[in-house]
Amino acid sequence: MTSADALLGVLFAALTAYALFGGADFGAGFWDLFAGGARTGMRQRKLIEHAIGPIWEANHVWLIFAMVLLWTAFPAVFAGVAATMYIPLTCAALGIIGRGAGFAFRKTSGTLGRQRIFGALFAFSSVVTPFFLGAVAGGIASGRVPPWTAGRGNLLTSWWNPTSVATGALAVAVCAYLAAVFLIFDARREAPDLVPRLRRRALWAGAGTGVLAVAGLVVVELDAGWLADRLWRPVPAALVVVSALAGLASIGLLAAGRYAAVRVTGGLAVAAVLWGWAAAQYPYLLPPATTVSGMAATPAVMRATLWAVLAGAVILVPSLWWLFRLFQMPLRDPSHRAAGGDR
Amino acid sequence: MESLLSPSITYLAEAATPGDFAAARIQMALSLGWHIIIASFGVAMPAITLFMEWRGHRTGDVHYRLLARRWARAMGVLFAVGAVSGTVLSFEMGLLWPGLMGTYGQVIGLPFTLEGFAFFIEAIFLGIYLYGWDRLSARAHMWSAVPVLIAGIVGTFCVVSANAWMNQPRGFDLVDGRITGVDPLGAMFNPATGPQSVHMMVAAFMVTGFCMAAVYAVGMLRGRTDRYHRLGFLVPFTVAAVMAPVQVGVGDWAAHHVATHQPVKLAAMEGLYETQRGAPLHLGGVAIDGELRYAIEIPNALSLLAHWDPNAEIAGLNTVPADQRPPVNVVHWSFQLMVGAGFAMLAVAAAFAFIWRWRRGWLTNRWFLRAAALCGPAAVLALEAGWTTTEVGRQPWVVYGVLRTHDAVNTAPGLRTGLVVVLVVYTLLTVATVYVLRRLARDKPVPVAPRESDVETFPVP
Ligand code: HDD
Ligand code: HEM
Ligand code: HEM
Repeated sequence: MTSADALLGVLFAALTAYALFGGADFGAGFWDLFAGGARTGMRQRKLIEHAIGPIWEANHVWLIFAMVLLWTAFPAVFAGVAATMYIPLTCAALGIIGRGAGFAFRKTSGTLGRQRIFGALFAFSSVVTPFFLGAVAGGIASGRVPPWTAGRGNLLTSWWNPTSVATGALAVAVCAYLAAVFLIFDARREAPDLVPRLRRRALWAGAGTGVLAVAGLVVVELDAGWLADRLWRPVPAALVVVSALAGLASIGLLAAGRYAAVRVTGGLAVAAVLWGWAAAQYPYLLPPATTVSGMAATPAVMRATLWAVLAGAVILVPSLWWLFRLFQMPLRDPSHRAAGGDR
Repeated sequence: MESLLSPSITYLAEAATPGDFAAARIQMALSLGWHIIIASFGVAMPAITLFMEWRGHRTGDVHYRLLARRWARAMGVLFAVGAVSGTVLSFEMGLLWPGLMGTYGQVIGLPFTLEGFAFFIEAIFLGIYLYGWDRLSARAHMWSAVPVLIAGIVGTFCVVSANAWMNQPRGFDLVDGRITGVDPLGAMFNPATGPQSVHMMVAAFMVTGFCMAAVYAVGMLRGRTDRYHRLGFLVPFTVAAVMAPVQVGVGDWAAHHVATHQPVKLAAMEGLYETQRGAPLHLGGVAIDGELRYAIEIPNALSLLAHWDPNAEIAGLNTVPADQRPPVNVVHWSFQLMVGAGFAMLAVAAAFAFIWRWRRGWLTNRWFLRAAALCGPAAVLALEAGWTTTEVGRQPWVVYGVLRTHDAVNTAPGLRTGLVVVLVVYTLLTVATVYVLRRLARDKPVPVAPRESDVETFPVP
């Protein structure tokens, strides 16, 4: 394995983390949108706020990290994607502004009217942004993006085509599904009476995602022959099967009320699709002609970046672990601080 | 599907125009100029807030703790908008300047990768700090802010080193427009990194300290001179006031660096057209038809300042052809504004030191408070003017001497439309941020996290 392959692996791991954690945050916005009227949906919105408040910014950094790795390790790929996908990426960037700002502003707003405006902004952009990001992925996978060195692709059809629309829709569904699955777990502790409702939603979202995934495969078959052929080679095909099995298992586990296990299978179903896509494309970064080795940065850059990633991971992993753990634990007894002489 | 979009297709089929190029530059400047204000708070505000919390813990004085809480809430909002505006910047590096990133992305990749980790640490521990108030012991809670401070400093160093590389490109071999070898550390630690990053960090503390203090200075002007407001004013103001003289020294270091390594930028900053010995310093003036008019000249001062020698030779703009000169008026005036603002703040800081040492009673003097409140906007002005000097002074190069800005821009048509959309979004974002922050300052403190105990039991002045 070359250092370029290793970095590609890291990059994809970061993308997977973004899809899982960042995806769940987007999905939380999806459920926020469909939580019901301002008063009836209040409790569900509070739950969402509580679940993603402390963690969304950290989850969001995965995207930045993946982007930075891309321009470091494969600069012409980054530039090519950005130049061609100018429109959907601009929309996604604006969506990210709306989502982050809307969420933070709503949390600090006291009155219902203000909460409503900012909440709507948060929820709406949470749904739109994954669509655009998914559409970009679809455009890349279906071979519509040339590297920067070969000029710019079509500004419109590169992302407004059957495959992109299918992957965009799938991305929205995946986010909603992940969020529902993750939220049930939090609801059990914070608001047990919301569990049945969330479970129903998770089941629907799971079924919907499954349908969209199958539809997506059909679209790819018709629209992106290059990808379809490669998808049925052993490794990618196996990953697709893993994803399907994990998806089915999740539905069973949800029905059986096993909410901790379903977090794992739900995440696995999503990750396996991503890695299936990666395996189908490999060693092509931008189908149909641009390979990993052809686009890789110079070896010195690869080495330096790998070392940086290694050193960074040593600090990052325990920190992340602490963050997630801390907010899964019950609150300390407030009187404790008074007793500790903190006043 | 495509027929639905045919009007826009014809529009997009047009080629990119000079208007699009200008739009890309304005969009970049706007979003950077926006981000940098918020980012300054991201660097310095955790430190000042932590100091407050620590004092509150040590003294048991409820005012310190209440201030720390209130600032933590503002930090939550500022951090969120800082994160999203920074993300937009990362997108824009590619969307607007693929010619830069497609070739040189790998050269400046290392600092950006490290910065990615700094962001992680910052976001993780800020989440812990803001939401962990009731989940951690007081001591652990204060420690959880320390990684935020370190990450803020490291992150600033990393991004600014990428920008410094654009001013002083090092650490790569270019053969026929292709990069053949890269020395990532050499690129990161280029000659401009030192002065620029230190100057920026000090600027962050000045902007944050003066702006925070300004809020309470205005409060005191309106008659609220209780201990809460005095503390809210004194602590941040002291931090910034201490930095003010430091910044003048660091700025001088930066200027020496520019004189040695970027002579054309210096010539534009000073409006110096002809190479000369014993060059004068120009105050004010307008560049018209290749000369600076109506300026006040201080003989030999520029040579003295730039090289510690009143007769040193200073290169003028005539050393390069006209198409390699930056726009003199913009660079000259923004530099003057920065230096002017810097000395004005220094004067207020000196007045503060005098008052603190000899005339405590004057702290609530209206003229002093007015001047102190004005230091907030003045620091922001200096920050923006400084960056304008650096960035516009580098033109027409995006990578000094290597890549022209014009050759880096995305050739996609429609960048103008993008600019309009971005303008609208940033306007709304600004309005909403200011509105929310003002409400925060006025409302009774609401807990950051649900069920935070001590905010609710605190008295609110
Ligand atoms: C509070 C903000 C502030 C204040 C009071 C000053 N500066 Fe500054 N200056 C900046 C904030 C700043 C900055 C915004 O942070 C810049 C832009 C790029 C950089 O590295 O720092 C900058 C750039 C900058 C540059 C250009 C560096 C380059 O292009 O490489 C020079 C020569 C100076 N400054 C010099 C000064 C002097 C002589 C000052 C004396 C009063 C001064 N600055 C005050
Ligand atoms: C440290 C990070 C920064 C990086 C990597 C960076 C990068 C860039 C790039 C790539 C461009 C476009 C090309 C060009 O016009 O030369 C640009 C332009 C510009 N930037 Fe920066 N920048 C940084 C910080 C800032 C900040 C904080 C400001 C604040 C005001 C700023 C102000 C500008 C301006 C005014 C321009 C337009 C110059 C012109 O086209 O005349 N930059 N910057
Ligand atoms: C001198 C210039 C800059 C400084 C000092 C700076 C500093 C900071 C700081 C301290 C933060 C985190 C705190 C906050 O959100 O308020 C931040 C966020 C961010 N900045 Fe900047 N920045 C600069 C320029 C840039 C540029 C040019 C880019 C992109 C190319 C960039 C990308 C980002 C990103 C992606 C984030 C979000 C990180 C997160 O999600 O937490 N910044 N910046």
